[in-house]
Amino acid sequence: MSAVKLFRIAVWTAIALLCGILIGFSGYLPGTNSKEALGTGTARFGGPFQLTAHSGEAIDNATLAGKPYLVFFGFTHCPDICPTTLFELTDLMAEMGPLADRFTPLFITVDPERDTQEVLAQYMTAFDQRIVALRGNQAETDAVVKAFAAYYRKVPIEGGRYTMDHTAGIILMDAKGNFAGTLDIHEPRDTVLAKLRRLAGA
Amino acid sequence: MFKKTTAVLVAYVTLVGPASAHDFKVGVIEINHPWSRPTPPFAPVAGGYMTLKNSGPDSDRLVQVTSPIAARAEIHRSAVEDGVASMRPVDGLALEPGVTVDFEAEKLHIMFIGPKQQLQDGDKFPATLVFEKAGTVDVEFVVQRKASEPAAEDHSGHGSSN
Ligand SMILES: [Cu+2]
Repeated sequence: MSAVKLFRIAVWTAIALLCGILIGFSGYLPGTNSKEALGTGTARFGGPFQLTAHSGEAIDNATLAGKPYLVFFGFTHCPDICPTTLFELTDLMAEMGPLADRFTPLFITVDPERDTQEVLAQYMTAFDQRIVALRGNQAETDAVVKAFAAYYRKVPIEGGRYTMDHTAGIILMDAKGNFAGTLDIHEPRDTVLAKLRRLAGA
Repeated sequence: MFKKTTAVLVAYVTLVGPASAHDFKVGVIEINHPWSRPTPPFAPVAGGYMTLKNSGPDSDRLVQVTSPIAARAEIHRSAVEDGVASMRPVDGLALEPGVTVDFEAEKLHIMFIGPKQQLQDGDKFPATLVFEKAGTVDVEFVVQRKASEPAAEDHSGHGSSN
């Protein structure tokens, strides 16, 4: 076999390997799953799940049907993004007044281990009473995170403690239980208000 | 009588106004406006922010934060990447010479763990910062809703109307 032929074989092998790797990787691109779920807006998005409210009430995807709602994930051991979102929503809902009765804001904990119903009940007294905090056991939490194509992960830190990584941003759902967009609390206030008014059907 | 009270109030507001951008200094390290967000009742954590400036020729590090209001305080950095929010402890915060570190801009916070009281808008609480070279300094955190807004108590007259 000539050196040229060997070289050609080597090059083609390398190309084949590279293609294989690229094809393989494309299936694991971050956000691929969520984009599919968001793009199609299928009825599957948003259900099925079953959780318990901070008031003790059982809430599932069927209970929520017929009224728009918004969902965001978080945990109480979070000093910035989670309380900020809750305080901002409280302000915005006060400004909207009775119009904000037309949707249900849901704060779903990704840390049910520390965020017990009692902890959530205390925590939520600081915010608009129309905001509902929800928790489930591990399986129920996994199910609701999957239902919204979201993500969470428990991350151990030194001293045997842990923190949670979780999907940021607010998911908007219409009265039919279909995906109706997303909201970032850091967007301009007018944009956020416009999105909430649209969700309320105003 | 009324006029006199008003005059005193005006004088007070004028005095308090500029001072509300409160600063501290230890050696060549300047600490500008330490502040914290209000917390819900029984919140397990609270976030603190400030701006640190190293005006000296050598690098330094913020190595420890303590406060009588919390069981423990750590330096954390937050991030949102691919739509996922995360937070990690920082083992000492490097302060390069001539560089200003704005906690808000750099997505840093002091994580006050196990606050002993609910922090409410306008509250103040003490904390101690330890720098590797500059040493130890006592500072005061002001509790306020937003970084850009002063706490509810010191609207210094020219406030916006809603
Ligand atoms: Cu933190």
